[in-house]
Amino acid sequence: MGRTLAEKVWDEHVVRRGGDGEPDLLYIDLHLLHEVTSPQAFEGLRLEGRTLRRRDLTIATEDHNTPTLDIDKPIADPTSRTQIETLRRNCAEFGVRLHPLGDAEQGIVHVVGPQLGLTQPGMTVVCGDSHTSTHGAFGALAMGIGTSEVEHVLATQTLPLTRPRTMAVTVEGELPEGATAKDVILAVIARIGTGGGQGYVLEYRGSAIRALSMEARMTICNMSIEAGARAGMVAPDETTFAYLQGRDHAPTGEDWDAAVAHWRTLATDEDAEFDAEVVVDAAELQPFVTWGTNPGQGLPLSGAVPDPDSMEESQAAAARRALEYMDLVPGTPLRDIAVDAVFIGSCTNGRIEDLRAAAEVVRGQRKADGVRVLVVPGSARVRLQAEAEGLDRVFTDFGAEWRFAGCSMCLGMNPDQLAPGERAASTSNRNFEGRQGKGGRTHLVSPLVAAATAVRGTLSAPVDLEAPQPLVPA
Amino acid sequence: MDPVTRHTGVGVPLRRSDVDTDQIIPAVYLKRVSRTGFEDGLFSGWRQDPSFVLNQPAYSSGSVLVAGPDFGTGSSREHAVWALKDYGFRAVLSSRFADIFRGNAGKQGLVAGQLAQEDVELIWKQLEARPGTEVTVDLRERVVLCADLVAPLQIDDYTRWRLLEGLDDVGLTLRDVGAIDAFEEQRPAWKPRTLLER
Repeated sequence: MGRTLAEKVWDEHVVRRGGDGEPDLLYIDLHLLHEVTSPQAFEGLRLEGRTLRRRDLTIATEDHNTPTLDIDKPIADPTSRTQIETLRRNCAEFGVRLHPLGDAEQGIVHVVGPQLGLTQPGMTVVCGDSHTSTHGAFGALAMGIGTSEVEHVLATQTLPLTRPRTMAVTVEGELPEGATAKDVILAVIARIGTGGGQGYVLEYRGSAIRALSMEARMTICNMSIEAGARAGMVAPDETTFAYLQGRDHAPTGEDWDAAVAHWRTLATDEDAEFDAEVVVDAAELQPFVTWGTNPGQGLPLSGAVPDPDSMEESQAAAARRALEYMDLVPGTPLRDIAVDAVFIGSCTNGRIEDLRAAAEVVRGQRKADGVRVLVVPGSARVRLQAEAEGLDRVFTDFGAEWRFAGCSMCLGMNPDQLAPGERAASTSNRNFEGRQGKGGRTHLVSPLVAAATAVRGTLSAPVDLEAPQPLVPA
Repeated sequence: MDPVTRHTGVGVPLRRSDVDTDQIIPAVYLKRVSRTGFEDGLFSGWRQDPSFVLNQPAYSSGSVLVAGPDFGTGSSREHAVWALKDYGFRAVLSSRFADIFRGNAGKQGLVAGQLAQEDVELIWKQLEARPGTEVTVDLRERVVLCADLVAPLQIDDYTRWRLLEGLDDVGLTLRDVGAIDAFEEQRPAWKPRTLLER
């Protein structure tokens, strides 16, 4: 019987097959580090007198704690500063390549790896960060790990892992105008739930996925973890190869030919069987938003806040609690929900195509009164590219804040946070209670919806916008 | 890691599903570079509510957390496991765990034991009817005991073995260093390296 993409990549990396209920020992091709989940791992190495096995397969960047303003000044928060300094010390001591704040290659770890060409098809990629699933867009098996596992990889370049099951997420057809990769994944999570992917590697397939750019595929794979999955993958194809060719770390010459020849063998065999399958009709997808406090609590923007009384018992209690936290009343049209802030950025939607899409929506407009709009490129490279295209001016003319690269308002670890009770439309990946700041309320949306929401002040899609008004000189 | 075989302690009913790791410990507590002292961050958002279960004296010294389905979803932060352990928890019981959390727990000697949801409900009722009731998690026998209830405990064989033996993963793997060396010998030369001197 044939094998799936995930099974092929798995099999190629088995160092030692586990007997009877034991995990396989898997070789790791690329280990990405950042400041939050690595300090205790380096400390563990030191305490045991162990060394870093493969510094040439390890790379670090600063992203979670870093400010997105005044990056040339010392970090104001002393605990954040200590964590960043600890990463710098550890990288210097163990010889790890680090892209610190201010460096041209600094940025969110999951934006940096692909743009350097370090993430390639058929690789195993790990990072102490659950959104490592992003790299699966290249047909890599990419998994988020905990700090003990970070230490394990540093010391051995391997991980003992239990072979996951496989699930096909098949999206056939053509996405309607206004529906994006973000809407695809939010709809998938709403369908299968936050635990629906548990124990699985998801493989996104079908004509709608094939038609997506690499960056859009990254958006989808990024949120696989939000469905509980171990990883998400897309089979490599011409789109993948075209994205990679010429990047810093992509193979060249004969190596390139050998690599591509191998990458072509990775796609799931015709006669392979998945352990489960979910089928989504692309034509039915619309702009999607979350109303609750987990990423599975979402609906099309055309809908209304749901009524917990009409839900199954198992969902109702969580929905009631979510609506109380979100301060929402059942029956309210989602389009009537007013926001205080709009955040465009993160490892989900902080790439150049995301910024281009948002910029097109807001070009020539003014943001809604009283709404704070933050645009945060996923990496310093993305920021430079956007500035070369004049997108920074589009955003600042609109009234948005144009920031330096980092995780920013996706998580409450740096100065970019919501105040208690504030509500945001956010292109990030988690709407958990307090995720964007204590007491903050998050609606997950695509860059298009975020941009339209910034124009109108209530959850909106570009279709809701009237013809652009001429700018009134200040 | 100290071996874990059997633990008995006060059970804490946490009647919530989808307890994500941002709730277990918010990001603001993740800035530390130490491996201990995370107990103050545990459920810190919820602990401000006087009615939260850990604020009730009968449960505050609990060491077995009994939670709703999909416990530990979201971020990979191992700090969630450290916070539970630093607070005094030795086991978490739920009908479904997020994969990364379960893996992290196993590596830190925190039992993440899976029960049938019916058994979770029965234990909740018991713990709420008689606050302070103890729960026993017996890894050797693979059972959870609470009052009259004897519930089968599901945990994968490998994690159970490592917990029972108190084994360190890195040490185990380094026994296979020869296999790792051999694997590296046959890796394709075109695989990328992070260092610029190629």
